[in-house]
Amino acid sequence: MTELPTIKPFFADKQALVQEILGRYPEYGRRSALMPLLWEVQRAERHISLARQAEIAEILGLTLTEVKAVLSFYSTYHEQPVGQYHLQVCATLPCSLAGADELYDFLVEELGIVNGETDRAGRFSLQKVECLGSCTTAPVIQVNDTYYERVTRSRCKQLLAALRQGVLPEPWRERGGDSEGAATSSSGGDL
Amino acid sequence: MNEAVKEGIKPITSRHDPRFEVTLYRHVGVAGSHTLAFYLAHGGYQAAQKALAIKPGEVISEVKTSGLRGRGGAGFPAGVKWSFMPPVDGRQRFIVCNADESEPGSCKDRYLMEDDPHQLIEGMLIAGYAIQATLGVIYLRGEYYHAYQRLQAAITEARQAGYLGQNALGSGFPFDLILHRGAGAYICGEETALMNSFEGLRANPRLKPPFPAQAGVYGLPTTINNVTTIASVVHIMAKGAAWFAAMGTPDSRGIHHVQLSGPFKRPGVYEVPMGISYREIIFDLGGGPTLPVKAFIPGGTSCPLFPFTDEYLDTPMEYAAVAKQGSMLGTGGIILIPEEKCLVDAMYNVVRFYGHESCGKCTPCREGIATWLPKMYQKLLKGLGEPGDLELMESMVTNMRGTAFCPLADACAMPVQASFKHFRHEYEYLITHKEPMYKRNTWWND
Repeated sequence: MTELPTIKPFFADKQALVQEILGRYPEYGRRSALMPLLWEVQRAERHISLARQAEIAEILGLTLTEVKAVLSFYSTYHEQPVGQYHLQVCATLPCSLAGADELYDFLVEELGIVNGETDRAGRFSLQKVECLGSCTTAPVIQVNDTYYERVTRSRCKQLLAALRQGVLPEPWRERGGDSEGAATSSSGGDL
Repeated sequence: MNEAVKEGIKPITSRHDPRFEVTLYRHVGVAGSHTLAFYLAHGGYQAAQKALAIKPGEVISEVKTSGLRGRGGAGFPAGVKWSFMPPVDGRQRFIVCNADESEPGSCKDRYLMEDDPHQLIEGMLIAGYAIQATLGVIYLRGEYYHAYQRLQAAITEARQAGYLGQNALGSGFPFDLILHRGAGAYICGEETALMNSFEGLRANPRLKPPFPAQAGVYGLPTTINNVTTIASVVHIMAKGAAWFAAMGTPDSRGIHHVQLSGPFKRPGVYEVPMGISYREIIFDLGGGPTLPVKAFIPGGTSCPLFPFTDEYLDTPMEYAAVAKQGSMLGTGGIILIPEEKCLVDAMYNVVRFYGHESCGKCTPCREGIATWLPKMYQKLLKGLGEPGDLELMESMVTNMRGTAFCPLADACAMPVQASFKHFRHEYEYLITHKEPMYKRNTWWND
């Protein structure tokens, strides 16, 4: 039996939220609420501790093992706390062709941490991730939930400077082709 | 055959054709386009009104006539898929939208969901009605948080306006949507893995048959379509099957979205008629390469690469024609590989991706892709390659073909085989010289 620390249950004062999440799914599909419950904890606490996993298991009538089995399958759930700013660098081919490998090396140099680590102050953590769907606006860094696209060397410095000031900048949403909004009903865009 | 073709009108197969209009992407990039007010002001929900006024079977035959094929990569005829649903028997039925876009090179669905969420909701309503599914699920990859917020807000708006709910659009048809976030796993794009993930299980693919239409979400009748497929249905209903079928070729009708990445002058997402040549896409739309290029991937990294030569550039973007050349049309994610990029290193990146995303269920995939193939690439790239290594790698990928439960193993094995076919000299150079033929490793701008 695993010894779990006694801490205040996360969902104790969030019964309305729990009911809302369970209510999204049919009665017979209650287990579908597992991922959204994990997301709630992770967004609030930047990881999902064993105690929280046990709490979610209790809510859904599952075993701790079943919850952990699902959690550990996915790359964006964390069992250890990530930093206040969790930097996720896409390393897949289109980003790599736009310099993502150098971008990653630059972040390692600047932050003093490597893939999977969090700095001592708990401010920054770094994760190499797979395709983020920003291929036409590569390279991309996702900080927590926010995308920063076309991160050139100078823009990367700019982003780090802002984060070090404790400022999460507005997302850098870059576009290209028809995603720029050039398409009109009468012509085929920029042709 | 559709009327336009019967009448001998030349089908649209070029963006230069003055008859071509950007349709699915018409609101993408336009300020405020994600709101219900904007959508309604631009003809929103009229296609659903039209669809819900006719019989479900008539909607299915309209989609069949249009020739629409699945835009998630596999290209299965959408209307035919819908007709696999068993007769209505009182059990809950599901329409599921696969919004787990994560094939490297692909990003078309993200913009559709961020900037035009109501278009997807309207498509889900039409698709749900066609197959008589009163519950829809949008399975959205976890990283697309902005799209999640936009879709969530749009679903709330649609419920308040009565477009979703017990009496959707006042038609008497009850329909509601569940928006479900994934958490970072490419395998969830495989439809049976997606269903397991949605049910709160580990996302291992299921054995087929039974197919989703027989036993899908919670074991109930289910149809799963890609975001772009669902969004296309809106316009097929609004403009008619003939409009859609007048674009492309007999094998591949309608429109697709190409996503241009790598060293393009004008990278981005472009809506194009099927049958357009890769030359027109790469040079006219993308503005051509900014660096000398040796290869291009035609549809996301699971599609075998093509050498950058006339023979391949002049191939029309059509399922059959691309298959004949040894690759796949895929998601339309076109990636240029520059001359100076070590091809072995580029393929290692692709293999590493599939290795990371292997769910570990089947031995050929777990041991082959997640374990030994990346190790062989590392060995080669470290200059430790020996005679016999290439043959070993070739035998590994051959043994992966068709031996795993789901297509992920093939999605890795096929591009590797193509790289051996077209660029074997770079592998051989690496083994003989203990260093890559192309050493450039700086690609980051400014």
